Amino acid sequence: MMLLSCPHCGPRDAAEFAYVGERTRRPDPNTATARQWRSYLYLRRNPAGWADELWFHRTGCRRYLAVRRHTVTGEFDTVHDVREASTGGDD
Amino acid sequence: MRARSHPPRPARYSGFGLLRRGLTGSSWPPAWRRHEIRHRYDVVIIGGGVHGLATAYYLAAHYGVTNVAVLERGYLGGGGSGRNTAIIRSNYLTPDGVQFYDRSVRLYESLSADLNFNVMFSQRGHLTLAHSDSALRTMRWRAEVNKLQGVDSSVIGPAEIAALVPHLDVSDHPRFPILGGLWHPPGGIIRHDAVVWGYARAADAAGVHLHQGTEVTGIDVSDGRVRGVRTNRGHTAAPVVVSCTAGWATNVCDMAGVPLPITTFPLQAAVTEPVRPFLDTVVVSGTLHVYVSQSDRGELVFGASVDPYPSYSTRGSLEFTEGVAAHVLELMPALAPVRILRQWAGLCDMTPDFSPIMGRTPVEGFYVDVGWGTYGFKAGPAAGEAMAALLANGTTPDLIAPFYLDRFTDGRLVGERGAAAVGH
Repeated sequence: MMLLSCPHCGPRDAAEFAYVGERTRRPDPNTATARQWRSYLYLRRNPAGWADELWFHRTGCRRYLAVRRHTVTGEFDTVHDVREASTGGDD
Repeated sequence: MRARSHPPRPARYSGFGLLRRGLTGSSWPPAWRRHEIRHRYDVVIIGGGVHGLATAYYLAAHYGVTNVAVLERGYLGGGGSGRNTAIIRSNYLTPDGVQFYDRSVRLYESLSADLNFNVMFSQRGHLTLAHSDSALRTMRWRAEVNKLQGVDSSVIGPAEIAALVPHLDVSDHPRFPILGGLWHPPGGIIRHDAVVWGYARAADAAGVHLHQGTEVTGIDVSDGRVRGVRTNRGHTAAPVVVSCTAGWATNVCDMAGVPLPITTFPLQAAVTEPVRPFLDTVVVSGTLHVYVSQSDRGELVFGASVDPYPSYSTRGSLEFTEGVAAHVLELMPALAPVRILRQWAGLCDMTPDFSPIMGRTPVEGFYVDVGWGTYGFKAGPAAGEAMAALLANGTTPDLIAPFYLDRFTDGRLVGERGAAAVGH
């Protein structure tokens, strides 16, 4: 069992959460070319190491969380509500 | 590329040879040799699993290209090739997918004779269960696509299923009652290690260099062309480099600067203690995320769908064991006293359309045979044969043309989710 510390609910079993995907920057749909848009849809960094991800607390606060997780060891580093993480600047 | 008209045959295994060595007590020669890394190869293949070894074998056997190296970080067949549940089938959903996997089944059928190595392919039949109207509808669709491509596949009802698999609960009592199934007689199981060893032995005999314990640490690219690879055992120059990696495809392609539409998920499997033979088909349930077969040793082999989040870890989890046990018992309640012996995980490179990626990349001379998700082992021979043809002739065979890398940015996906997501 992996523990994920939800900023709203405290430490919970990771099975309560749904993995949504990598955090990526969406190009402007009005100006993006088809190629740029599909690259955004499909291409992934998929690192073996620290990854910036979006998770959803399915059976808890039902908030989207910005999670930094190590994909080899399974460690969680930082977990923020995605609203706070967005105002933090990097995406 | 250096051509060679008659690649040497490996020392043949035969009944007479067995008798002679039994009587004289002489030992068998090693199945493949060790070599120093050459300064230059015509083709470097990264990944010593069934895909890399099959590509090397067909390059040598069909095209006489023998100045080939296979680089494997660990040991041959230690990745996905040794971690899958050894199921072979071709009852996919798209015509492209069905044709491709059917070619692989046909190659597997003659592989023991071709390689002079018993791969123990048992075509015992593959049964996918439907527990809902929508699943049954997709099966009818699959069966019709299969028949049009000449693949033996049909939808059958609960009475026929009960006759095929006596211990299956076909009553209306379970949470997910069995409404019907897709019956695919040519499907079955194989000894996956033997496939790897057979290809390795035949490739070695033809002159291919197999380098185990050799990790690629960099891929040299200049002016948009691949120049060679760096490894923990030194550098080698090569005009052609192929990535046949599973689990680490993204990391290897990053070295060449080629981004991929891949996310890596572990998939877990387990075997039970051996029991008397009772199950002579492969039984799959997409709804219950489980597939069951009985090995020649009597162990029941269980597989599931991929873990719920990406990871490069191959550790097992208790959630998986609990889930797979519950699902197997829903199908076959009589298995309740049987104990699970061991579990393991393999890494699956999932693509957005549940189809693989084979062919060229934007880097000249750098090719990929990756993105094999949960269906890579059954495809090994056909992928190796087609990749060898592409490397030797420079033209992409029609069989793999739909699986090109740029299909994602071109918007030409090959949607196989309906047939590939669980039923391997």
